[in-house]
Amino acid sequence: MAQLLDDDPRIIEFDVRTDEMLVNMGPQHPSTHGVLRLVLRTDGEVVSEVEPHIGYLHRCAEKIGENLTHRQWIPYTDRMDYLAAMNMNLGWALTVEKLMKYQVSEKARHLRVLIAEMNRIASHLVGMGAYGLDLGTFSPFLYAFREREKILDLFEEACGARLTYSYITVGGLTADLPPGWLQRCEAFLDQFEPIIKEYHALLTTNAIFVKRTAGIGLLSPAMAIEYGCSGPVLRGSGVDQDMRRDGEAIYTAMYDGYAFEVAVMKDGHYPRDHEYPAVPADAVLGDCWHRFFVRMLEVMQSMDLVRQAIDRYSACKGPLGEPLKLTEKMPAGDAYLETECPKGQMGFYLVSDGTAIPWRVRARSSSFSNLAVTHELCRGCLIADVPAIVGSLDIVMGEIDR
Amino acid sequence: MTSRGPGFLEQLDEAVPGAVVGRNLDALDPWVEVAPERIADVCGWLAASSPVRFDSLQCITAVDWFEPDPKKAAKVSWQPHTELVYHLWSTTARASLVVKTKLPRWKADVPGQLPEIPTVCGVWRGANWHEREVYDLSGVWFTGHPDLRRILCPEDWEGYPLRKDYEMPLDYHGIRGR
Repeated sequence: MAQLLDDDPRIIEFDVRTDEMLVNMGPQHPSTHGVLRLVLRTDGEVVSEVEPHIGYLHRCAEKIGENLTHRQWIPYTDRMDYLAAMNMNLGWALTVEKLMKYQVSEKARHLRVLIAEMNRIASHLVGMGAYGLDLGTFSPFLYAFREREKILDLFEEACGARLTYSYITVGGLTADLPPGWLQRCEAFLDQFEPIIKEYHALLTTNAIFVKRTAGIGLLSPAMAIEYGCSGPVLRGSGVDQDMRRDGEAIYTAMYDGYAFEVAVMKDGHYPRDHEYPAVPADAVLGDCWHRFFVRMLEVMQSMDLVRQAIDRYSACKGPLGEPLKLTEKMPAGDAYLETECPKGQMGFYLVSDGTAIPWRVRARSSSFSNLAVTHELCRGCLIADVPAIVGSLDIVMGEIDR
Repeated sequence: MTSRGPGFLEQLDEAVPGAVVGRNLDALDPWVEVAPERIADVCGWLAASSPVRFDSLQCITAVDWFEPDPKKAAKVSWQPHTELVYHLWSTTARASLVVKTKLPRWKADVPGQLPEIPTVCGVWRGANWHEREVYDLSGVWFTGHPDLRRILCPEDWEGYPLRKDYEMPLDYHGIRGR
């Protein structure tokens, strides 16, 4: 009998037992998008629990904000989402302007739209390229950075910086565009438009990419809303919300007259979906693939908006207007404003006691809320899916830790 | 604003009697002030039963109303306190609401004893990290929170940096503070 049991291969299989193991991923792991540390509780290849540890990039931005005037804090907003610094500048500038009930000139308004949407393209290109890297393909990253480089060149020409711009500021912008900039921007758009097809061939419709992302990391609309997720993460779950259309009057007024459709799936269709590759059969609304695809659609949408902004900006007569003085006093009170940044809804809360220096500033980060769902998405997935899920959230640690 | 309507506060008063202690519906961001011990009930009603479902919590902020300089402190019009500000958002009505509440800076005015307020993690799961951040940086204890520990600062950090009387430590594991 004992002999019989020893020979039965099934019984040997029961002898092989795996213990739960804690695996540390990060804070220096290449696919954690900065200094994020994930502690995975694994049972063999299956992840039973993920715990994100954040704070490695905490630079006390909110405390510093209590010691500077409103305009002096602009460079600190650059360093939050450093991949979309223009959008961060814009969020803070609009919050201060909301409290001061200040309105910028028409020309400044269109220039802000132009610059913010250009930065959205650049940010989504990094998101796309880095996502490819997370999944083990190197080429899309190089293709994406080749084009992003040209956007950075344009920004450098406009404001002198390539990453931390401080270009949009309270009361307008620090300078007008140099001569010939609009033509160079249009030339870039004309050259960039056909290249998007390459991206779709490299990633969107790539069989391996689809296998790695379709049906992985499902985020239900209810959970996304409860966790306060926003941006492509929320829209990837099919929730129709974009602050550029649904936000507060001071922000939506900026996009007044601009034509754009929110990139979200409605009745099984994305806007203008005949122009893009079809949704793969395995993809489920709310999975990693859809979050990625929404970003790709927003690249096209932003290109449209940039073209509209160029027309409007060039039609504007009159001066751009000067930004507010560094020491301009704010009225006592508080104001909160959320703007649609590439990563999601970035909120700034400002409490003023009537001086130029805020009593309290607060940055509500979109990536912070987006990352908070990680443990729900990763429960029960494979270790190899963890980078795919975290990458699809497109987080930036500078914004989470502030 | 129109979606919240004039009857909104009366309904809130009826559902959670005595919770609302202040209001300003003409402010830049209309707000209601509630008693701190009722915050979870109020938020629960706002998220699940009110005519406009505030299904998303965007942000929790703690504002420390304290002036460390005695000369300036003599001139201010407020008493020292900690104010918690909850920014809510409704994805269906696309409307926002601000809920404020006032806490003492220290529980029973004993320095070092953190003020307490019920958690809203049971209302929105996303509140978990926001409350941890407020605890970490401003020193507010959320009773009933499943896992209240520091989130941005190291676990052995002392003090609450966003309080106005916070002083930078002179030494942290051999790293000089200033």
